[in-house]
Amino acid sequence: MKYLAFAAGVLTASSAIAETPELIVYTYDSFVSDWGPGPAVEKAFEETCACDLKLVGAGDGAALLARVKLEGARSDADIVMGLDTNLTAAAKETGLFTTHSVSAEYTLPIAWTDDTFAPYDWGYFAFVHNVGDAVPTNFKALGASDKKIVIQDPRSSTPGLGLLMWVKAAYGAEADAIWAGLADNIVTVTPGWSEAYGLFLEGEADMVLSYTTSPAYHLIAEEDATKAAAPFDEGHYLQIEVAGKLKASDQPELADQFLAFMVSEAFQTIIPTTNWMYPAVTPAAGLPAGFETLVTPDKSLLIPEAEAAAVRDAALAEWQAALSQ
Amino acid sequence: MASGVVPVSVGNISTKTGISAAVLIAALILSALGAVTWRAEGGLTLNPSDWAAVRFTIWQAMWSAFFSCLLAVPVARAMARRRFWGRSFLITLLGAPFLLPVIVAVLGLLAIFGRSGLLNDALTLIGFETVSIYGLHGVVLAHVFFNLPLATRLLLQGWQSVPAEQFRLSAQLGTPPSMVFQLIEKPLLLRSLPGAFALVFVICLTSFAVALTLGGGPRATTIELAIYQAFRFDFDLGRAAVLSLVQLGVAGGAAVLAFWLVPQITFGAGLDRMQQRWDVRGGVSLALDRGIIGLAAAFLILPLAAITLSGLRGLSDVPWGVWGTAWTSLWVALVSVVVLLCLALPLAGWVAATRKGSVEAVGLLGLAASPLMIGTGWFILIFPYADPADWALVVTIVVNALMALPFALRILVPTLRETATTYGRLSQALGLKGLRLWVWVLLPRARPQIGFAAGLAGALSVGDLGVVALFSDPDRATLPLQMYRLMGSYRTEAAAGAALILLVLAFGVFWIMDYWGRKNAIAE
Repeated sequence: MKYLAFAAGVLTASSAIAETPELIVYTYDSFVSDWGPGPAVEKAFEETCACDLKLVGAGDGAALLARVKLEGARSDADIVMGLDTNLTAAAKETGLFTTHSVSAEYTLPIAWTDDTFAPYDWGYFAFVHNVGDAVPTNFKALGASDKKIVIQDPRSSTPGLGLLMWVKAAYGAEADAIWAGLADNIVTVTPGWSEAYGLFLEGEADMVLSYTTSPAYHLIAEEDATKAAAPFDEGHYLQIEVAGKLKASDQPELADQFLAFMVSEAFQTIIPTTNWMYPAVTPAAGLPAGFETLVTPDKSLLIPEAEAAAVRDAALAEWQAALSQ
Repeated sequence: MASGVVPVSVGNISTKTGISAAVLIAALILSALGAVTWRAEGGLTLNPSDWAAVRFTIWQAMWSAFFSCLLAVPVARAMARRRFWGRSFLITLLGAPFLLPVIVAVLGLLAIFGRSGLLNDALTLIGFETVSIYGLHGVVLAHVFFNLPLATRLLLQGWQSVPAEQFRLSAQLGTPPSMVFQLIEKPLLLRSLPGAFALVFVICLTSFAVALTLGGGPRATTIELAIYQAFRFDFDLGRAAVLSLVQLGVAGGAAVLAFWLVPQITFGAGLDRMQQRWDVRGGVSLALDRGIIGLAAAFLILPLAAITLSGLRGLSDVPWGVWGTAWTSLWVALVSVVVLLCLALPLAGWVAATRKGSVEAVGLLGLAASPLMIGTGWFILIFPYADPADWALVVTIVVNALMALPFALRILVPTLRETATTYGRLSQALGLKGLRLWVWVLLPRARPQIGFAAGLAGALSVGDLGVVALFSDPDRATLPLQMYRLMGSYRTEAAAGAALILLVLAFGVFWIMDYWGRKNAIAE
């Protein structure tokens, strides 16, 4: 009798689960971590969708794309969230993504017209330093100074690749000269953002490549106003993080619903103080207190996605040559 | 004293299980490699920068292994000759650097040798130029920090395998130290050094984060980083597979060469007395030994102390969820120890029973294979049939066991070989074979080594980020993954706290198992 009751319980439980549609979203690992936007996003969406939202972490942006390529059309994922404009062209080439129906009043520094990927947040790459240090105002001055910097390897890190594109967007054919100038300022190159930021906090370098929004974390979460981003007069390179719907999704309506939710107030208010980026649509109540203290670049740089892949390979070769001497 | 070549009479260790274990290991690794190759679309070629990576990798691994082993000789010799307060603790501590997650160890080293580390502060204070850790020398320094302790323990084990009677006899005969070196220590080094060198070489071969971070730039690109780049930057599976094969080839070649060089030397049986060294009781050698032990201990303890201090500061910031993952890491570690022993013991028995030491190279495959390659390969294999996330912990357990296997073999093989040689005839005469041979002869004599190997495997598993990151799933995080996530979300202090929990946990696992092995051990 006890077993019967148990079996009945299991059966009803599993049929209850089967009735709830499941939406699987692949994203980068820091999104799903306990300290990222994941838990709050999951809760907010599940309140409105009568579904089970499953956020699956897969390394970082580039690893995410590799995972999608590896799984191909048989992937269980419905949505991929966390690619940036350096990866979107390659992602479209796979033919695995379909168009979206999202429209919103984006507050991005550039106009957004892509019909495959919708943006959910953005930020500027910048060198972060301790308040009070006199800092150079562009790459040439940085190269001429004796400031020590830590950067990330473009082959294994998204910000590292961002810096490569930044220098290329600002200096084009002159980029290799800029890297030659920077070579003696670079203390070391780390595999990922965490290592570089850790080294900077330990005092191994004067500046670290990160985002203009990084000081907001220290200010808001730690009430520490000692970190700032250095404004560069060439302009700052943009990172726009986007999501797209997979063609093979078995929940296409739910996927559309999620993408619409992604640019809505509920999702966008979570982003600034969990992902520490600018929301793609500024919430009605504005940005959290503290964000107004951040550096806002006069000029945004972004290499169009169609050129990104070709620029990337050439820039990588230049970077390796300049720093290997 | 050490006799020359002695025929090994070990006909009674069954080799069947050992061979099956070896086949299983090779199959696990080669299936992953095969899966990656099968999915590759482009050609299987390497570009010039890949070859530069291969050269740099071999170069840094050679130097790292060379210095680790060179420095381990005086340290092990001093430790073997002296009994002092805290010796046992120091021996246990020798396991510690090795089981730290890379980034934690690097930060610990930088607290001492970095731009604003203790060393440079001291140099500035006394008016000297500061030194930079970044470059090939930094890579080698870090690898020595990781591997000197391991090499020391392997050599120390060599010293302990010498019957106490031989040292007593040398003391009675008044043999001068140079003669003791010629007659006892040189043969024992010849026997243990090649294996230790091969092991450290292979560990350094797959280095990636240490080499890049302390190497100071893209010059310090290793094969592992090139594999990483091929997988996630270029999505060129063919290149990733070729690079993995090159890595396996270099490691395998080095291992076969090293084990082929190991001479068949045996010291004969003793009465398992405690080694007491009447031959080196005082004077210059005592002062020298004290100096060497002091320096080695400081080199190990200072970075660990830095990690502990910053960890204590961050401990209160560690979120509760992290403690839960500590539990996951712990049971994953314990299961991988069991898996490891099931593979390692029969395999070590087989290696000990055959005269060809080079079969031990099979065990090194697990360490030489890129974790990213194994993870991706198995991902490709599992994906069509099941959700890889459900298998994340199983894969982690198996990969951790495979990675610990070469250590276990290096630790177990010499003892089993010695036991088989010395007790082979007696066991044969008594008709002991199969399981009973293991239970009555081999296991009791190898108890300290089993404890050490199990401890090392457990601790490595606790500390390793491994492949779980590839398959990651929010509900199945391990402690190292959670620590990296804390770091990745600006929570550096909490991450330091988590690193301390990790250090204590890994060290605790290691200490308990190692202590079990050494407790009442016959020839400590």
